[in-house]
Amino acid sequence: MNWQPLFLSLQIATIAMLVALVIGTGLALLLVWKKLPLPDVVAALISTPLVLPPTVLGYYLLTIMGPHSLIGRAYHWVTGDDIIFTFKAAVIAATIGSIPLVVGAVKVGLDAIEPNLLSAARTLGASPARVLATITLPLAAPGIIAGAMLAFARALGDYGMTQMVASSRFDGFGIHNESPASIFVIDELVALREEAARNMAIATTLLGIVLLVLANRLTRRLQHG
Amino acid sequence: MADLVAKFAARRGEFTVDVDLRFPPGITCVMGRSGSGKSTVLSVLAGLATPERGTIVLGDEVWLDRGRKIDIPVHRRRLAYVFQGLALFPHMSALHNVTYGMHETPRAERASKAQALLDRVGVGHLAKRKPRTFSGGEAQRVALARALACAPKLVLLDEPFSALDRELRAQLTSLVRELAPELGVPVVHVTHSIAEARLLADRVVQLDGGKVIGEGKPDDVLDLGALE
Repeated sequence: MNWQPLFLSLQIATIAMLVALVIGTGLALLLVWKKLPLPDVVAALISTPLVLPPTVLGYYLLTIMGPHSLIGRAYHWVTGDDIIFTFKAAVIAATIGSIPLVVGAVKVGLDAIEPNLLSAARTLGASPARVLATITLPLAAPGIIAGAMLAFARALGDYGMTQMVASSRFDGFGIHNESPASIFVIDELVALREEAARNMAIATTLLGIVLLVLANRLTRRLQHG
Repeated sequence: MADLVAKFAARRGEFTVDVDLRFPPGITCVMGRSGSGKSTVLSVLAGLATPERGTIVLGDEVWLDRGRKIDIPVHRRRLAYVFQGLALFPHMSALHNVTYGMHETPRAERASKAQALLDRVGVGHLAKRKPRTFSGGEAQRVALARALACAPKLVLLDEPFSALDRELRAQLTSLVRELAPELGVPVVHVTHSIAEARLLADRVVQLDGGKVIGEGKPDDVLDLGALE
């Protein structure tokens, strides 16, 4: 069996999860900031990827990052490379779908923190940055872990946006000219190689279940200190 | 040995807390019915709430002057605040809770000083344990140790003993009474209990509807009428 598509998907999902975790945690902190103007509008904008069809999001990505776009041309001018139909495009597509899930999970974690704990830290002389690092983020850890878990699962299973912006063979880390698992399955089916498609589908399913079980155990351990 | 002088007006819901207060070193009990403005006074003194107008001055340090746009942030006021719910950090041990605010102490000395403080308030054996394993009285003692550890210029106690039984309350009241003179700073203690105020207070401030209706020695003020 060709394991390369699965490893490529794992690489994409891992990087997308990390990027979505950083951006999503930042956005969740923004949403719980009491002075945020138009919080409902900001929350709706952040959740938009959940309600739009993947093809619409893919269209926007193609428009924004395609070879004729400002960003695409600037990137090509600096690096001599394209964004679309590369590993980077697959990561971006997976990240955008994951961010709202991270924001939702982290916000639940942040909302569960007793406000007096933050006030207590401030009265004990902690700067806002120290309060964030030593109180807010550690106490929101179960929400952050849950967000990471959801982001990884979403990124591993992404098909629609990936199909729009990365439905080709490209290189990963130590992987050459390969498709991610979700694209590989459909390519093999279209090429009437059903056994390869079935094996990849089963391997992806098993991997997803194992990772979710591990993530659930980690979350429980964090919640019980 | 500086007095804290606070004169401010802070709007809270339907009424305005409008007070002119002086807190000398020693224990001042702030009393009043629920909604009389006691917690607002503490929040404003701590810098957790900003009044519409007013000044707060500790000795020669101006913490707040709305007219001159001075508002020293809470983390630079160097105060100790024991919240009603105590607000011990649940993910940290008792020792780590106490060392958290010890910015003035060299890093190498923090753990030993924190341990000495925990020993002093009678909970040295809890140093490595987390707050969820503490009884109510133990948690109160750790919260007191944490408050005292930062060498505060002002101590604020927001009904810290309200959830305790009579015996524990008496023990902790005498502990605060013992510690206050050593600190030599203003200690503002909010309480509903006349008995607690009689035991603790050097001075009493009585609030009603956001206004000061009595101020002075406990016997003088507490005779004004029933507070509970």
